[in-house]
Amino acid sequence: MTAPPLFGLVLAGGASTRMRSDKALLDYHGQPQVRWAFELAAKFCAATFVSVRPDQREDPSRAGLPQIVDRQPGIGPIAGISAALQEHPKAAWLVLACDLPFLTASTLQHLIAHRDPNKVATAYRSAHDGLPEPLCAIWEPSARDAVLAYIASGKQCPRKFLINSNAALLDLPERAALDNVNTREEFDAAAARLGGKEPDRTSKTVRVQYYAILREQAGRNEETLDTSAATPAELYAELRRRHPFQLAPEQLKVALNSEFGDWQTPLKHGDTVVFIPPVAGG
Amino acid sequence: MKAFSFSQAALTPDSYRAALADPAAGGYSAFEGWVRNHNEGHGVTRLEYEAFEALANKEGERIVAEAVARFGVLRAACVHRVGSLAIGDLAVWVGVSSRHRAEAFAACRYIIDEVKHRVPIWKKEHYDNGDSGWVNCERCAHPHEH
Repeated sequence: MTAPPLFGLVLAGGASTRMRSDKALLDYHGQPQVRWAFELAAKFCAATFVSVRPDQREDPSRAGLPQIVDRQPGIGPIAGISAALQEHPKAAWLVLACDLPFLTASTLQHLIAHRDPNKVATAYRSAHDGLPEPLCAIWEPSARDAVLAYIASGKQCPRKFLINSNAALLDLPERAALDNVNTREEFDAAAARLGGKEPDRTSKTVRVQYYAILREQAGRNEETLDTSAATPAELYAELRRRHPFQLAPEQLKVALNSEFGDWQTPLKHGDTVVFIPPVAGG
Repeated sequence: MKAFSFSQAALTPDSYRAALADPAAGGYSAFEGWVRNHNEGHGVTRLEYEAFEALANKEGERIVAEAVARFGVLRAACVHRVGSLAIGDLAVWVGVSSRHRAEAFAACRYIIDEVKHRVPIWKKEHYDNGDSGWVNCERCAHPHEH
């Protein structure tokens, strides 16, 4: 049996009470966050929608996107999830909150690769308390009746729903990927952490250490260089122009400052980077 | 002893085994990986192991801690060689002491399997025809055994 098709749902119906302005419109990546999250989800989904309250349908930032309208507004994000499960009952839903500015494509890829369609949902464990993260998760069609019953019994918390169901839970490959942003102070810190709207292409000095086949092909153990590369992915592309590296990035892993890292983590001045060829211990 | 470590010199399993002794232990299981004289149809004359030790030590320690937590064994450790090795040399040692044998075998198996896949260690084979190559890196299309 093949797994149900994956649709995307970006939750943009929140009241943003603590932010005192619409979280969907915050700009971390050069566009409104709702639009950024929509495009990220659309990379992985057969169809993608924005979840809205009835009074948000004509809102300029939401009007241009396919919408699913809450059927029971006022009960929080579970209203959006429930509306989607009813609207397209044969689809599974990649549900994304729009207050996750550190979310990456590789975090979604990992979730999708480890999806278990036989469970009601596949979700990450929070890096902070180990509990399921319902708003970056895949909700299967089989969740629908249980969600409706849950709401009918007067409950609204999607996290408690997952705690009490047979959801598949994964550890986050990138610890900070689901750090969310609820206040103006958190937004300012997040925007600074993301280096503003553009990737940081200013010149920075980084140390690259080479091992095994890359050490032989580079002809050295390490080098220190000035680069404008914003990420390890850009740095490896630059190094491939200088050294006869045969291995494709897909065959490598990255370490930043002696810990496993991600290809899209912003590089900082003074970082030590290692590209890890396929390992062969034992 | 440390849960995970590297050695430039020949491994000494008897000393590691003694470090796992525990009055509550009903047994001990070990795995030794040896350098063999052939791989995938090629005659092998010697090996070199190289590691990114700063990260490898952390990842190795995580694996041993996972095995202890998952299987409830008493003590566990792993030592890996680096440098140049001859046929028959000991490349890696894993040892586990536990109350009962089943979890000792399971934890030992878990540690060696995870070390092979997760720890940044590389192996260069020297062949009897004079060639050499980094395992899993130079014939990458070839699916390696797990």
